[in-house]
Amino acid sequence: MNKQTYNEFAETLYTEKLDNGLTVFLLPKNEMAKTYGIFSTNYGSIDQTFVPIGQKEKITVPEGIAHFLEHKLFEKEDHDVFTDFGKQGASANAFTSFTKTAYLFSATNHIEKNVKTLIDFVQDPYFSEQSVEKEKGIISQEIKMYDDQPDWQAFMGTIKAMFKNHPVNIDIAGTIESITQITKDDLYTCYNTFYHPENMTLFITGNFEVEKMMELIKANQESKKFEKMEELKRDFPEEPKEVAIKEHKINMPISIPKCTIGIKESSSELHGDEFLKKDLLQNMVLDHYYSKGGSFYQELYQDKLIDGSFYFETTLDKNFGYTLIGSNTENPDKFSKKVMEQLISTSNTSLTEEEFNRMKKKKIGQLLRSMNSLEYIANKYIHYHTSGINLFDIIPTIQSLHLNEANSFIQNWIEEERLAICTIAAE
Amino acid sequence: MQQITEKRLNEHGINIHFIQSKKYKTINFIAKLKAPLERETVTKRALLPYVLKQGTKNHPSRKDLQLKLDDLYGAILSIDSGKKGENHILTYRMELANPKFIPEETSIIEEGIDLFGEFLFHPYAINNAFDEKIIDREKDTLKQKINSIKDDKMQYANMRLIDEMCEGEAYALHVHGYEEDFNSITPESLYNYYQTLLNDNQFDLYVLGDFDEQKMRDHITLLMKRDSIKTANRTVEYPVHKDREPNEVIEKQNVQQAKLHIGYRTNITYKDDDYAALQVFNGVFGGFPSSKLFINVREKNSLAYYASSRMESHKGLLFVFSGIAPTDFEKARDIIREQMTAMKNGDIKDDALSETKDLITNQLLETMDHPQGLIELLYQQVLGEKEMSPNELLNNIKHVTKEQVIEVAQKIKEDTVYLLTSEGGQANE
Repeated sequence: MNKQTYNEFAETLYTEKLDNGLTVFLLPKNEMAKTYGIFSTNYGSIDQTFVPIGQKEKITVPEGIAHFLEHKLFEKEDHDVFTDFGKQGASANAFTSFTKTAYLFSATNHIEKNVKTLIDFVQDPYFSEQSVEKEKGIISQEIKMYDDQPDWQAFMGTIKAMFKNHPVNIDIAGTIESITQITKDDLYTCYNTFYHPENMTLFITGNFEVEKMMELIKANQESKKFEKMEELKRDFPEEPKEVAIKEHKINMPISIPKCTIGIKESSSELHGDEFLKKDLLQNMVLDHYYSKGGSFYQELYQDKLIDGSFYFETTLDKNFGYTLIGSNTENPDKFSKKVMEQLISTSNTSLTEEEFNRMKKKKIGQLLRSMNSLEYIANKYIHYHTSGINLFDIIPTIQSLHLNEANSFIQNWIEEERLAICTIAAE
Repeated sequence: MQQITEKRLNEHGINIHFIQSKKYKTINFIAKLKAPLERETVTKRALLPYVLKQGTKNHPSRKDLQLKLDDLYGAILSIDSGKKGENHILTYRMELANPKFIPEETSIIEEGIDLFGEFLFHPYAINNAFDEKIIDREKDTLKQKINSIKDDKMQYANMRLIDEMCEGEAYALHVHGYEEDFNSITPESLYNYYQTLLNDNQFDLYVLGDFDEQKMRDHITLLMKRDSIKTANRTVEYPVHKDREPNEVIEKQNVQQAKLHIGYRTNITYKDDDYAALQVFNGVFGGFPSSKLFINVREKNSLAYYASSRMESHKGLLFVFSGIAPTDFEKARDIIREQMTAMKNGDIKDDALSETKDLITNQLLETMDHPQGLIELLYQQVLGEKEMSPNELLNNIKHVTKEQVIEVAQKIKEDTVYLLTSEGGQANE
């Protein structure tokens, strides 16, 4: 077990890669009442085409299957896992993102039992024809709920406008048509391929004893047998640099139109320092212009193009990245025109030393604030770890960023062909 | 169990609450100003947060204010207005990185308190009035907020349920206010109202984190002063519809999924001795994925993706929420009613009771790990006008018996069934 102390955060992290390939992280925080555990597989909605374990040919599975599988793991032949956690005073949940499927619990009691339940339920699937059919009703209602949410439609509409071939453009939950095709055998195929310990990470943080916890996890894993994992082959289509649809219009019954500008940030795979610097600069620069102190925000506000719903977000993941800037707006055309102009103008601007120092301070403070949350630490740690980055090394990296790097980022940030507009309006 | 010590002082008409904790990497400041929820002031209180965010005396624009916050290592300053029972609360929050974790020397605590005091007591104003341009612009922002509720069907259905259920009661007032009031709100009248409320609302200030108490107290009392004589804890009594027949309201819109929301009167609030038993009732009935609602509506009958209940602690209400196919309305409603009947009949397994108590305990302890969660929990005592520390509440929950839960169930009356469904009433498959 490797032990590493990070003085900047007053935290100590314990790490071990087990014989079967599972990576375990333990971060004790005994001042907390709660413990949070997350068991995550490097498998999400974008992993549509792959070579199944033990086979030679690649296959493409129905859209929404990773999410369907997430639902189904909670149901066993004669019991329901929510009930097991409930009996142990824990609350459990799961989520499927573009690149991850994760199962989690939080509890203030029976921690070891709950960790065991978490590992065992994820590693012991039970799928039957009958239970797969039953789930289709529940997930159909989940999809219908998203159909009625304009914010979700704006989000997916922008993603679809940006990405032409990359499966990030598929709805995470799939469609009613695609999930109808899912069978028990499809679920086993995906499960056996992507839920191998080699492809998974377990992160536990909160109030527990480190030594005992690691022993428990090891003993649990040694009692189970897994096939040897060969290299996991996933297939992603070529993605052009430019956006798929420059202007995407969606009609739905809403009272105020919504408009989102998408910046297609990246469509190739980045790793380590290169990933982290792009990730940090993308965040800091966007925040510099569009947070409430930013000049672009001020312009939009004064021109009455936005309201309290204005937001911006940016993501960099495995082999794709995007930035979204959106708002409810009475005038979507003017809003999108203005934001496009602002973005295009950035290649002629640069930051001062004073501005960049303020941006760095803000980023450091944000990170410290986020670290109050066990969920944030565990989820973000896993997210960065997948791309070869250590969450606890980020503050020194922020401090070491140079003004030149930031300015060169800004000057190359925007190209018109990588911008898309998505508008949601009533018919 | 972890001990939470809340130290209370009253200085210059402000109730100061200090809570020391080493759990966090930040220091949290939360100020709460409480007044009765009233038709006359509701829009003003809804508009104020938008206006106050736009600047202070020494940082007169939104931009100046934000740059100052960025300089303070990305400090967060926010304000909102909310409804708690029949109170309208203005909540001001500031979160500062604890200097202990900052790599350089810094005086952000002192500068942060200065800024927070200014944010509260010295908003940007000209000749005893807010800036007219800001008022006009922020009326637009608020107007769009009011209109956007229609587009969030879950929120809309909640609002409509309460409209129908609490008609004529203060609780039915919309916390975002009413557009029809905008004309009568001027830069002067809003400023005057703000000066009045600063002096006569009940004012509680919480500070949570790892800090030097004496320095904090000295600095706060230097900056935040008001005339304590005027402070009065005013309450207003409103009529309540009692013992009426359950009401059913069906509304149609162009939606894919129907929202079935049901409102009940619990006849129990935070002050009451059976409040802990009500919490346990809600847990067994619909608060968790192991509750009756989730198991029966979702797992056994596959009718919904979500089906749960939530209790309101200060007015004495309980709500059930579910998203269903439009054709399943009667079936889902009947299954929900069967679960309530089962509760009244005491159809509760012993282990379900103890599991629920563990889950609530877990939930409360988790809330107490979260800085703003802990402060909200402590503030319940102010709202409920009853001293009950979080640890006492936990202890009370542990001692709830099945008989007490049944008694609670029998006090609960169904009031209104609200359905938002698709046009034509047929499934929109």
